[in-house]
Amino acid sequence: MSAANLLCLFIVIPLAGGFLITWVGNRAQRFASYLTRVLTLGQLLTAVGLLVVVNRHGMLVYSTGIGKSTMGISLVLDGLSVFMSVIVSLMAFLIAIYSVDYIERFTSTWKFYALFLFMIAGMNGVIMTGDIFNLYVFLEITSVATIALIAFGVERYQFEAAFKYAILSIMGSFFILLAIALLYSFTSTLNMAQMAYVFAHSGKTHIGMMISVLLIMGFGLKAALVPFHAWLPDAHPSAPAPVSAMLSGVLIKALGFYTLCRIFYNVIGVTPAILGIFMFLGTVSMLVGGLLAIGQWDIKRLLACSSISQMGYIFLGIGLATPLGVLGAIFHVFNHSMIKSLLFLNAGAVEYATGTRDLKKLGGLNQKMPVTGITQLIGTMSVSGVPPFNGFFSKLIIIIAAVAAGRLGYAFCAVVASLLTLGALMKVVRYGFRGPLKPELAHIKEVPIGMRLPMEVLALGCVLGGCLLIPGIRELFLGQAINVILNGKNYMHLVLQHFV
Amino acid sequence: MPVYLLCLILFGLGLYCILRKRNIIKMIIGVVIAQYAVNLFFVLISYTDPVPQAVVLTSIVVGLSLVIVLIALAIRIYEKYGTFDITQIKDLRE
Repeated sequence: MSAANLLCLFIVIPLAGGFLITWVGNRAQRFASYLTRVLTLGQLLTAVGLLVVVNRHGMLVYSTGIGKSTMGISLVLDGLSVFMSVIVSLMAFLIAIYSVDYIERFTSTWKFYALFLFMIAGMNGVIMTGDIFNLYVFLEITSVATIALIAFGVERYQFEAAFKYAILSIMGSFFILLAIALLYSFTSTLNMAQMAYVFAHSGKTHIGMMISVLLIMGFGLKAALVPFHAWLPDAHPSAPAPVSAMLSGVLIKALGFYTLCRIFYNVIGVTPAILGIFMFLGTVSMLVGGLLAIGQWDIKRLLACSSISQMGYIFLGIGLATPLGVLGAIFHVFNHSMIKSLLFLNAGAVEYATGTRDLKKLGGLNQKMPVTGITQLIGTMSVSGVPPFNGFFSKLIIIIAAVAAGRLGYAFCAVVASLLTLGALMKVVRYGFRGPLKPELAHIKEVPIGMRLPMEVLALGCVLGGCLLIPGIRELFLGQAINVILNGKNYMHLVLQHFV
Repeated sequence: MPVYLLCLILFGLGLYCILRKRNIIKMIIGVVIAQYAVNLFFVLISYTDPVPQAVVLTSIVVGLSLVIVLIALAIRIYEKYGTFDITQIKDLRE
């Protein structure tokens, strides 16, 4: 059995696990959480194994079509996909451990695990598929699971947030589907590699521009770029903390960043106009997200606004399209997924211990929750780019790349946004964790070990994250993903080799 | 060509419904109309080719599942807020 056959398991096993949980989860209480932890651990180990395989042997392609036909759905695992896959698996595993204690206070917890596995299956599908319509279907699977998870706490405001997210997400999907229809009418294929071949041999076309605009609208909405960001500050805080961590840490990158990279760099091909749009929207997102974050008093809402800002850095990086800029963007994707998951898990720990997320009602938590206090401080330092934490290196690389490319204005905005982030996140530390303990918080306790452990692992990852830049490790993990983006045209040749 | 224009008008009607109507149920109907318009467009671009038909069939099922989720949310919102009016549902906008 070749390694390529493993690819379909990434989608089939979480889906089957989800269905199994809905079938027996009601009768066997502990089964759902055990199954989720085992499956996500298995996925993490497989993803790391495939990282080495892809590094050694190049791209893996799994085709469901008969013979060498490109009509069937194909799954493609290249450097960028395996990079995203490792992020998804790592965060899913840590969050699955965290969820065990956190989710206890809700009823019918097995529904949570079933939806969680469906969400993971959808994201795995999005990052591995080689067929553009299949990408849309997995996008919708993820959206449906996410909408249900946002409303999981069945509070008033959660339904409101879920409805808002659902409507906006569906409108984004309409534009994506329209773009897919236009792509099909232009190229007569749904296979992304063949599409890329047609685009590479057709020269400059007007329909390419039209499709690009629709796709930026659709996927930009999923990535919460600034004109399309309105749903994020409502949807991400309303979900239970583990889901918020998954949404802000992984989902906006898998559904927004990855898809835009794949389609623009590997399929349609980038033009200076599109790069300009990425850079401009990225910079606006950085500033607007930072300014929105400073004004918030709800911890999770503040973190969600800061996510918009950090997505801006990533888009500025890939918009520069220089090797340094792309390195910064790819590294920041990994760093931000760790940092933001850590911060959301911390916010969940605070909510678990005190029952509130309002900074005005908190204070002096350091005395009662020392571990959470330290991990919060590490996360804050890391996301605002203080050395020697990992966020510092990726932001520094992006800013240096912007200066090297002659984009001084963008570089200046990136520095300003970093200060805004520092201000917003220090507000959480200052009002929540420092100062005298509020009398009504005297009885609180540190969270159980099951919740502390993932937070400690992520905090350690934030401290040691900079090591990924050491030559040797860099080529293994970040280098492959960067090559996929920089040598965008190679994608179609490598995939089409498997069909001739 | 007029067919495409009618399809575009249908899509515009759906979007208008989503963006301008205050009643949640009417918004969901707008989603359905816009969904139909996109599916119609996909079939129109080549109705002798089997691929768009297969794609649209899948897309209809996906749309159905989304509408089910939306309606389930609408029912729960009505239980909690006692109204379908979107301007009355503003816990997150105080």
